Amino acid sequence: MQALHQKAQELLESGRAKVIIGYGSGSGEKVRPVFVRNIADAPKLVWDQRCRQNLAVYLAKPEIKKMGMPAIVATPVVVRSIVQLIAERQLKCFELITLVIENAVVSELTDNAALEAYVANHPVVFPPPVKKEIETLAAMSVEERFKFWQDELSRCFKCYACRSSCPLCYCERCITECNQPQWVDVAPHALGNFEWHINRAMHMAGRCVQCGSCNIACPVGIPIALLTIEATRFVEREFGQHAGTQCNSPAALSSFRVEDKETFIL
Amino acid sequence: MTSYSLTHENLLKLIVAIAVPGREVYAPQRRGEKTFFAPVADVKAIGFDYVKTAESPKDLLFPKYQKLISFEYKGAELEVNDHAETPPPERVLFGSHPCDAVALQRLTDFFSRDIADTFVAQRRDALTVISMSCTKADADCFCTSTGSSPGDTTGSDILLTPSGEGRYYVESLTEKGEALVASQRSLFGPSAPIDKEACLSKVEKKFSPEEIAQKLAGAFGDQIWNDASLRCIGCGACAFVCPMCSCFDIQDEGSYKKGARVRCWDSCGFSLFTQHTSGHNPRPAQSDRWRQRVMHKFSYQPQQYELLGCVGCGRCSRACPADMNLKEQLIDIAAKVNPV
Repeated sequence: MQALHQKAQELLESGRAKVIIGYGSGSGEKVRPVFVRNIADAPKLVWDQRCRQNLAVYLAKPEIKKMGMPAIVATPVVVRSIVQLIAERQLKCFELITLVIENAVVSELTDNAALEAYVANHPVVFPPPVKKEIETLAAMSVEERFKFWQDELSRCFKCYACRSSCPLCYCERCITECNQPQWVDVAPHALGNFEWHINRAMHMAGRCVQCGSCNIACPVGIPIALLTIEATRFVEREFGQHAGTQCNSPAALSSFRVEDKETFIL
Repeated sequence: MTSYSLTHENLLKLIVAIAVPGREVYAPQRRGEKTFFAPVADVKAIGFDYVKTAESPKDLLFPKYQKLISFEYKGAELEVNDHAETPPPERVLFGSHPCDAVALQRLTDFFSRDIADTFVAQRRDALTVISMSCTKADADCFCTSTGSSPGDTTGSDILLTPSGEGRYYVESLTEKGEALVASQRSLFGPSAPIDKEACLSKVEKKFSPEEIAQKLAGAFGDQIWNDASLRCIGCGACAFVCPMCSCFDIQDEGSYKKGARVRCWDSCGFSLFTQHTSGHNPRPAQSDRWRQRVMHKFSYQPQQYELLGCVGCGRCSRACPADMNLKEQLIDIAAKVNPV
């Protein structure tokens, strides 16, 4: 942790970074996002097992953007998010300082190649309960799976914590907020909830970096990440493209290659 | 108020006995790592050992969506259905904590402050509340700072206080409560005097609502809102788990042939909440929206309707994906903001 404090101090002192986006002590046993702007606050940064929230979500927040050059304390999922944001032309690697911590050593990932190499060395790891849920769902018949989602999604009250916690949900105007025409029913009834979550899953297909932030954020405990993870894995299987691994990769679902499968065209 | 005693065994019998056709009994039940109020299918599934349910019971009065009117063209005939004319089912809420019951009362008061809201009033009339005093609290609880307490009887028809050795001290507080006891009188025993305070969890009082209101009067331009809301991601989790948040949005859905007017929960944390058609947003930043949330609950609403918009249940703090903590924010306001 000391190395992190020292690095944060150096970055702020030299003026290379104006804000360090990291984790700090939260209420009770929790950690929370902190935005360190003063050298004296650098010791507030915390780094341990509890640091799970995907901080990349703050890179698009106007209040944070206004602060100037950010440095971000990056877990592997944050790095994957950054790579995907670069691939989607939302970010350039020199617009932020990506800090990774390995064996108490803090280093910077300074270019696209370094970011990609880091991701390659840190493959997606699901927490055991998520892994189990993925397997359980995969073993279900289509009817069982539909019933599972009917049951789970009926509990959604559309607080949009899934969307708000997701770094790849950066649309300034989300489809659920378009009302001319009204694509998605606003009411959180069965149909409205299906319309919303299936739309989101389709939009995240091939883009979800499988960080699980939406799962953690959901206040009623719907395992909503399973939808976007499956949509993304489908794209992996069909098009061989892995979200959050390549900075210069056109999105599978919005680009065309002659060797693409066209089995879906009747 | 009449008091009785009840054994745990008889309490379970009571729940079975009152769950008759036409009357739904809601009780706390575990699902994954969280507890929710849900209709009881099996009394063995009822959770007694929990601090707070993830969602509040406000859905029973003010559901997440409510059809107000609907219409359908059947040939040339237009059929219009006014949903206020369909009375809600009779319901019993069992196992709510005093903060939940206080909230149901305040929510009813809020929705009947001038012209009574038919939907809420009908649902409240059809609801009987059997609450359980708190013997467990956590660091996010702050009911005692919002004018309530772990043994508060407000809003409950019956309040049970665990008095040890599988027994409950029963306070029957209303006509509904009395009618329910009378319907199963043999299950209840005579009341033995207890030291109720000693049975309750201890929740330290950190501030008073009056003190907060006084500080907030001069806090509109304070830096505290910016600092605190930087980590807020702008979702509506806090508002939707809150037992007191009552903002809603009216939506028309369907087509010209068949449609409905629906009332849905809304949240001041959403940027769209105050977005004008022109594109102008009077609360453009998340800090404006976080300030509104706190101000509405602790300053505007008490001032306008003498109703505090919070019962200190702490659900918002537990639900927040970014660890926004309302209790901590209020303690900060009490300590840091200068009074006017």
